[in-house]
Amino acid sequence: MTGDWRYRLARNRGTLLAFGIFLAMFTIYVLNHPAGFTANVVQTATNKGVLLAFVAMAQALVVITAGIDLSVGMIFILTNCLASWIVVGTPLQTALGVAGVLAAGLACGALNGAIVIYGRLQPIVATIATGAIYFGIALWLRPYPGGSVNEGLADALTGKLFGIVPASLAVLAGAVLIVWAPFSRSVLGRAAYAAGSAEPAGYMSGIPIRPAKFMAYALGGLLASIGGLFLTFFTYTGEAAFASGNAYTLFSIAAVVLGGVSLYGGTGSGVGAIFGALAFRTIGDLLFVFDLDPLWQPLFQGVVLLVAVSLGAFGLLRVRSRLEWFR
Amino acid sequence: MSETANLVGTRWLRRVDPAVATAFACIILLLAFGSLYSTNFLSPEYLLQQLKVASFLGVIATGMMLVILLGQIDLSVPWAVAVGGMMACAAAAYGTVGVYLAIPFGVACGAAIGLVNGIGVAYLRIPSMIITLATNAVAQGLMVVYTGGFSPRDSATAAMRFLATGSLLPGIPNAVVIWALIGFAAVFLLTRTTFGRSVYAIGNRERAAYLSGIDTRRIVMVAFILSGALSAFGGVLLAGYASKAAQAMGDAYLLPAIAAVVLGGTSILGGRGSYLGTIAGVILITVLQSILSVMQMPEAGRQVIYGILIVAMLLLYGRTPALR
Amino acid sequence: MAADMGDARPPLLRMEGISKRFGGVRALEEAELTVRAGRIHAVLGENGAGKSTLIKILAGVISPDEGRMLLDGGEVSFASPAEANRAGIVCIFQELSLIPDLSVADNIALFDPPRRFGLIDRRAQRRIAEEALARAGAPDIHPMALVKDLPLSRRQMVEIAKSLARQPRILILDEATSALTAADVAKVFSVLKRLRSEGLALLYISHRMHEIAELADECTVFRNGRNVASYPAGTKTDNEVVELMIGREYKHVFPPKPVSPPAARPVLECRNLSWSERLRDISFSVRQGEVVGLGGLDGQGQRELLLALFGVLRGCGGKVLVNGKPVALSSPGQAKADGIGMALIPEDRKTEGLMLPMSVRENLSFASLDRVSRHGLIDRAAEDRQIEEMVRLLAIRAGSLDMPVGGLSGGNQQKVVIAKWLMRAPRIILLNDPTRGIDVGTKQEIYQLLRRLADAGAAILFYSTDYDELIGCCDRVLVLYDGMIKRELVGKEITEHALIATALNISGEQAA
Repeated sequence: MTGDWRYRLARNRGTLLAFGIFLAMFTIYVLNHPAGFTANVVQTATNKGVLLAFVAMAQALVVITAGIDLSVGMIFILTNCLASWIVVGTPLQTALGVAGVLAAGLACGALNGAIVIYGRLQPIVATIATGAIYFGIALWLRPYPGGSVNEGLADALTGKLFGIVPASLAVLAGAVLIVWAPFSRSVLGRAAYAAGSAEPAGYMSGIPIRPAKFMAYALGGLLASIGGLFLTFFTYTGEAAFASGNAYTLFSIAAVVLGGVSLYGGTGSGVGAIFGALAFRTIGDLLFVFDLDPLWQPLFQGVVLLVAVSLGAFGLLRVRSRLEWFR
Repeated sequence: MSETANLVGTRWLRRVDPAVATAFACIILLLAFGSLYSTNFLSPEYLLQQLKVASFLGVIATGMMLVILLGQIDLSVPWAVAVGGMMACAAAAYGTVGVYLAIPFGVACGAAIGLVNGIGVAYLRIPSMIITLATNAVAQGLMVVYTGGFSPRDSATAAMRFLATGSLLPGIPNAVVIWALIGFAAVFLLTRTTFGRSVYAIGNRERAAYLSGIDTRRIVMVAFILSGALSAFGGVLLAGYASKAAQAMGDAYLLPAIAAVVLGGTSILGGRGSYLGTIAGVILITVLQSILSVMQMPEAGRQVIYGILIVAMLLLYGRTPALR
Repeated sequence: MAADMGDARPPLLRMEGISKRFGGVRALEEAELTVRAGRIHAVLGENGAGKSTLIKILAGVISPDEGRMLLDGGEVSFASPAEANRAGIVCIFQELSLIPDLSVADNIALFDPPRRFGLIDRRAQRRIAEEALARAGAPDIHPMALVKDLPLSRRQMVEIAKSLARQPRILILDEATSALTAADVAKVFSVLKRLRSEGLALLYISHRMHEIAELADECTVFRNGRNVASYPAGTKTDNEVVELMIGREYKHVFPPKPVSPPAARPVLECRNLSWSERLRDISFSVRQGEVVGLGGLDGQGQRELLLALFGVLRGCGGKVLVNGKPVALSSPGQAKADGIGMALIPEDRKTEGLMLPMSVRENLSFASLDRVSRHGLIDRAAEDRQIEEMVRLLAIRAGSLDMPVGGLSGGNQQKVVIAKWLMRAPRIILLNDPTRGIDVGTKQEIYQLLRRLADAGAAILFYSTDYDELIGCCDRVLVLYDGMIKRELVGKEITEHALIATALNISGEQAA
């Protein structure tokens, strides 16, 4: 049994690398932050990062199967708008509202999965199209920013547990334990990895490829809706913001890549995507602590994304038959 | 319809694509439906106005079609459009030379975005969806830095305004003429040149095209450059139409451009599709938009309808073959 | 030794009267096979003799048109590999069925992982994997290693372990040792012998005669889709076995060959060409007017050799000379250029030769677009002239030149692939098994055409999996084995016996 750690390391290389990048970035961030390493600084940073972390985890689930969900940002926006209507009132009403929001997210993801897998459509265009539908519904729910949310719940979930640990981080950890961990250890989860890694081989081995892919899209919708809920908790309102939805879709891809999830499928983990998201957010905020003009932030984030996706091209150098370019 | 067919070469249109026929039928249905609301719908003025509005989308969709024919996609359209418009207007602020070079400069900036996309897709083999999303983000970042986050104050040159709103030929808007010219060029490129033949071949089977001794990577790169340039040119025209460029001016064009190409029967998997179909798709989308706005359908409903339309058309024509 | 004992027991599996057709081709005809427990049964035969079809039927990948299978005396039929698995029949195919991004243990337990509370029990899975690896003789492979990090030979061991974890009664190994190192082969052999003593039936398909001699208890030889002989291992010499494998009826008429090989200068020369582990130190030349064949079993580097010559492979060692001048080609575009004049008829016309949805016309002129265009503009008249000439020359039968090429028959599709390259009037023509899966008539036409092209001055390098063709068409044949040229056969030396014996890497010296 000695030497196991070596293989554990190899298996989780991407996730660990993402953790390393995050740690390095966060250290630089905290050291240069005017207020230093205080619970408040951590809480603010976490609250910004958690939103993207949920969306990135959603994207990771789909990307692992060698798919892509370009509607994930719009599910996030839609569930935000929905939450600003129904997560209000008495504790019971609020609870039902939360359940409703999660169910809506799950339904959106399931619709994506059904169209892509059982309709046999290319995920790119199919999810762009469903993204338009989700955004349309969001706009219908909230033509103008507004609405409200159960503030007690919102404050509890965006505050600090025992005065130290950000509550949003605890919920994120809970989502990992309740959604990601069981999925990755189930037969469906394994089939999802197989689908992304070598679909024909998986098919020949008689494992449930299609249900696994469907599950990945559906759970992706669920995770995005948790992100949408938290957006509502942070802002107390719902807003059908097109640009924001697009940005979250885009950043989720960046986060997934930084988090060590291969865009070709088969490798990486939801946990890696979370660290990727936190790292991506921290990189964006570095400009802020270095007193650079925040105007540069979108460009900076874009360049980080461009560099991240270009890194995969190094594998081409190892290709010895040019026909392999055309897989 | 047969007239148009003769116009663009019958050989290329050997079978009437059911998708193209469906798209044209839908246009006629929509116009008939619209005429129930208002008799205006069948008047020449209204139709010409629709064609003018369609031209902007038509120019952008032409580039998108080239890329989709290759089996790729260009998601950098929103900010390539905005860059085109903004950079053209920006150049106009630099004296007489700037005014002259405004349009070429705007288009060249779009081509540069396309170049980055093309290198990424063709030479680095990065999935087009990913690299074009990334360049879109970078282009947005550059423009935010350039404008300081506000709508740019530079305004369009007289030439841009003339191209977008004037009419050199009596009664026919210049924008329509421009789209017609670009359309002819595209048909010519796709049907008469080695480049066009190679685009279809790569979209069908890049491996076979490569083994036939075609430099497939160069073709893919050039197609992305053209797509970027055409998007930017669309932006130049839009800036001329509105007299100035705006931050999010391209956002409203990505989905309609893809929708127009797909509704026109071009296979999302590449290798199949005709420009006639794209013309039909563009007009269909434009008429649909017009009717929805006459019906006072809010933006929300339009988005939902677009999305459902695209999914429905894809389910009809764009399904990948089943595994076994 | 075990022979008399085994005969007393009823056979574990019997296949009777199995026939299978693919299109017009009979892959199996009334084939029989009897497999006994505790025996290693070798199946032999040349390319296309029907071995792999038989195996696929047994493993549930395809179903037979006729015939029945009896397992323990009861009739069975399998609709999927999973059903065959449940009946205890497990097959290790040549193409690996492992998931590269999963760990060894994940892969071994992929089909039916142990579960606790609905989730995969990793500890139990690891135990299963360790047991299976130990049984497969590879306890050194760590169950947590990722499959993609293992070298090919280790992966093959994982594949064997995976099959053992399914508790098979009949284990089929289809060329399972081809990727293994010599050390691994020895280990696998001792494992296989132990499995035999545990009472498993093993069906062993291999082209390596010495392996069969070492392992097998019984052998069955297939020829033309029929089992032609079954005999206890060791009762026949290698030469007798080769004699059993050959002797197929001649169906083709070949054009006469020139009496003496042309003494022209070499057009294509290859010196010490090597690539990866697949091509080793290959040297040969092809002269003007000559048809040189590439022989050997399928997958011995023939395909790679043609691709390397055509500029597709990167990092080739050695030298290639065209017309005496060294060339370094890095793309098919360079290989077809005027100074070189090379053409490659690729292996798979559907994915490498043609754009199926595009028209016959567009496909025909596609490789010659530079010849029929000026400044990128296609000259339709010139294009049509050349296309019509080719259609006439090859007698391509198409309803319309504007119909999609995918709508043509296989033979006509193949003619289009050939015509598309002949339009360039190439001086060096590389052919990768151009007659696979096409009708007899078209084959004849292709043979005639090859000779005519050679007579007109082309240098032809022709890989075929059909030994008849090599014998009938070629002036010389280079037989490849494991990426090396094993032997060069010239003129009268090209016999079926010599081809098969060399392909199997046994000495083929005997009187025919």
